[in-house]
Amino acid sequence: MDWAAINPAFYVASVMVAATPLLLAAIGELVVEKTGVLNLGVEGMMIIGAVCGFITAVETGSPSLGFVGGALGGAALSVVFAVLTQFFLTSQVPTGLALTLFGLGASAMVGQSYVGIVPPKMPQLMSGAQLNAFERIVLGHDAMLYIGLAIPVAVWAVLRFSRLGLILRAVGEDHNAAHALGYKVMWIRFGAIVFGGACAGLGGAYLSLVRVPQWTEGMTTGAGWIALALVVFASWRPLLIILGAYIFGGIAILQLNLQAAGSTIPVEYLSMSPYVITIFVLVLLSALHKYGISRAQAPAMLGRSFHASN
Amino acid sequence: MILRRTLLAAAATALALTSGAFADGHEKLKVGFVYVGSIGDGGWTYEHNQSRLAVDEAFGDKVETIYQESVPEGADAERVMTQMALSGAKLIFTTSFGYMDPTINVAAKFPDVKFEHATGYKTADNVSTYSARFYEGRAVQGHIAGKMTKTNKIGYIASFPIPEVIRGINSAYLHAKRVNPDVEFNIIWAFTWEDPAKEADAAKTLIEQGADVILQHTDTTAPLTVAAENEGVIGFGQASDMAQFKDGPRVSSIIDNWAPYYIDRVKAVMDGTWETVQTWDGIDTGMVEIGEITDRIPADIKAEAEAMIEAMRTGAYHPFTGPINKQDGTPWLADGEVADDGTLAGMSFYIEGLTGDIPQ
Amino acid sequence: MYKLEKRPNPSNLWAYLTPFLALIATMIAGGIMFWMLGKPPVDAIRTIFWDPLFNEQFAAYSRPQLLVKAAPLILIAIGLSIGFKAGVWNIGAEGQYVIGALCGAAVALAAYPLEAWWIFPAMVIAGAVGGFMWGMIPAILKIKLGTNEILVSLMLVYVALELLSSMSVGVLRNPDGNGFPGSRNLQQYASAHNAEIWQGSSVHWGVVAAFSAVILAYVLMSKHRLGFQIKLAGAAPKAARFAGVNPHVITAVCLGISGALAGMAGMFEVAGPAGQVSIDFASGYGFTAIIVAFLGRLNPWGILAAGLLMSLTYIGGELAQFIIGLPASAISAFQGMLLFFLLAGELLVNYRIRRAAPRTVKEAA
Repeated sequence: MDWAAINPAFYVASVMVAATPLLLAAIGELVVEKTGVLNLGVEGMMIIGAVCGFITAVETGSPSLGFVGGALGGAALSVVFAVLTQFFLTSQVPTGLALTLFGLGASAMVGQSYVGIVPPKMPQLMSGAQLNAFERIVLGHDAMLYIGLAIPVAVWAVLRFSRLGLILRAVGEDHNAAHALGYKVMWIRFGAIVFGGACAGLGGAYLSLVRVPQWTEGMTTGAGWIALALVVFASWRPLLIILGAYIFGGIAILQLNLQAAGSTIPVEYLSMSPYVITIFVLVLLSALHKYGISRAQAPAMLGRSFHASN
Repeated sequence: MILRRTLLAAAATALALTSGAFADGHEKLKVGFVYVGSIGDGGWTYEHNQSRLAVDEAFGDKVETIYQESVPEGADAERVMTQMALSGAKLIFTTSFGYMDPTINVAAKFPDVKFEHATGYKTADNVSTYSARFYEGRAVQGHIAGKMTKTNKIGYIASFPIPEVIRGINSAYLHAKRVNPDVEFNIIWAFTWEDPAKEADAAKTLIEQGADVILQHTDTTAPLTVAAENEGVIGFGQASDMAQFKDGPRVSSIIDNWAPYYIDRVKAVMDGTWETVQTWDGIDTGMVEIGEITDRIPADIKAEAEAMIEAMRTGAYHPFTGPINKQDGTPWLADGEVADDGTLAGMSFYIEGLTGDIPQ
Repeated sequence: MYKLEKRPNPSNLWAYLTPFLALIATMIAGGIMFWMLGKPPVDAIRTIFWDPLFNEQFAAYSRPQLLVKAAPLILIAIGLSIGFKAGVWNIGAEGQYVIGALCGAAVALAAYPLEAWWIFPAMVIAGAVGGFMWGMIPAILKIKLGTNEILVSLMLVYVALELLSSMSVGVLRNPDGNGFPGSRNLQQYASAHNAEIWQGSSVHWGVVAAFSAVILAYVLMSKHRLGFQIKLAGAAPKAARFAGVNPHVITAVCLGISGALAGMAGMFEVAGPAGQVSIDFASGYGFTAIIVAFLGRLNPWGILAAGLLMSLTYIGGELAQFIIGLPASAISAFQGMLLFFLLAGELLVNYRIRRAAPRTVKEAA
């Protein structure tokens, strides 16, 4: 096993890129869950974002417009979920699953003629082989990655300090009380769902425009589910989303590096490691919560439908 | 009187000729294709589909091709093949190793339908197998890689530890080492045939660890996309030419060219001469094609590669020619000895010099 | 202005009508989708829904195949529905399915080449136990630590898939297989083969198990006290606790049953239609079963119908692929739409649409 072959600067830079799609999808879902809605359709929204972003970028030649396209695609799909759960009062779990199923199928259909095409490249702040470690890690990335880091911070600030944040949280903790206070619970949730869809779309577009970058059907391979886990992992705290995404991305990239450097750990165990470690962390968090070391975080109304019955 | 008899005879002959030309009566010959991936994957299934289109073109109205993509191996495959046979297909190509037992099962139920199974080893009276000697292409890749690498590190993205993949690794390594004794292979097992994100990550990791040549046994163009972003890194097209990267990292490719074989077999069914065979062809019949070697490769290396290709085409050179030892040092091939097909078909060991273990 | 008014009791009429309406709406919407893809809509719909049942060329073969495809879906969905009714969300059925298959196949491969009557029952038990244990992991974590079972069961799916890959090329690999991945083919091992029971019917033990599960689930949920407790725990958790229902027991029972049923489904599949443990063995039945459970409105008879309907769309979809050239992805989009319409239709079961009295606003004169 050749430890020297693993270059720390490269590794950290790769982890940042790998973590960004997860981070974007997770922060969007966090906002949605803060208002009390559980949207299991993240995988579907991400992949729709991936294909829409890809097509937009290829057709317009601009990767930035591609991201806009991806966000719009994810948001559009989430509107279906919002309409069903807020107006038709459907149960959130199966609706989210149906969204994922539909999203996977629809994206594959739409993206059929775009397989194998190289998208326009997203410019990086600094690039090239001669960068030193600091430059590579801090400055050697594209704009979306920095935006991806900024969004959780912005969400944290909004939730913590602004009136909008207070309203969002109120709706998630007790939607009947919020309704009694005159807040339009349905529309607030609707807006949050669309925001979540846009973020998931951005995350998906990041996959197809930067991380891979290519389009293939089903290319998210479970990233949406990981994002859902990350929200729980982060105990619904926006800043911890960054940590969670980086840990997961870090393990995923580490196992590849270990393989390439000739590690003797069987490959299957290395491939399993991100998921097993996620379980361990979830267990750890629950234990901490149970024994009173950390407080309950899930919004009390999570998963419950709201209907003003007056 | 005589005219009438001649006319009748002529008509009868014409009838006989035409019914000989078509497999069953005057209907079109229906040929079915079962694909394990999607035709847009840019690699394995894409090439099979291209060959299907070639069959369409070669035979025009006489043949009708039907296909189904993304068919999972197992019960679904059996059902798809049965449905194709029920709908009148008389020749069915099943293009993945995992379709082996389903093919045999369905073939037993439809004795008058012919089956062609790719990369398998079980045959029957109405089942043939066919595969390509990809390792010949790997030999060329290894030679070029060994000569072109400046860091002496070559990255290999492998899919599953099956004989076909291990053969490829061994062949590439052998030829890289022969021209560059210091060369080192870093292998990542992706455990997938097609997962662009994983392949891209693997390529990135290998490049970050110093590899400047990427070889892949996975099917998408993701590794080449990653190679394109890194100056000085070259790669090869896998299963299809991946020519869109010609201006970039792709210096050559292995192209699966099934068309001549497919056209041959369709014709055989039409002529009634179809027999069960086990075909393992390579550069000699054109089943394995080496994609254009770009100018990024210096002329002398290019000439050597082309000479090797020619030698393999005529059968003068076999990539696995001794002396070669196994990874643990035991001798495998003596000087000048050529590997036999049997050992190659079930190859499960690395050759000497490769570090690391094959995942078990 | 319209408003929604909750019905005092869910409407029976709409409960029966909704699935049909959803199906028709999906056919229309699906037809439009196919038309946009450039495929003839009516032909496509007919190929998907009518041909597998009645087309002379295929139907004799596809009709029994419907049972083969539906059996694992129904078996798993029954197990899941019991949990979903209680609010225990087992999303990891796919993992339990795979582990059950691995355990069942392992028993068979260990016994090879012995031929004995007890091998098959042992495999069934092994499959059930394997799935049960895999399902108990999220159960125990939820009971002891309150960990969210959705995520744990889901992560375990990925772990199970990696185990499947690893065993296919490792421990369970066929020693006579020329180094190729995949286990021995159980279809060729008489004692282990989950063969069809009546010649030509394609009905194998998994189908029998699925039908039995439907009946047993019906009895459990509507006649047995435990079934009542499960439903209560889901509908009104506080009331359930007050009535003495132990939520931990409910969690364990639900995850245990669904894990065991999913594990058995996996074992029947690997010993029957699939035939061998291979890298691609898992085909998503665990996830599709979730859809089937909801399509069947968490009711055993509904699940039976939904499972058959879903398998009809799969088999019809396959026919449509090579007869019409419909892309495979169109079918998953189609299935997603079916679920959307069904879920939307649920609204009419629980709510009434009423005209709201116009609100008068008194203007200051």
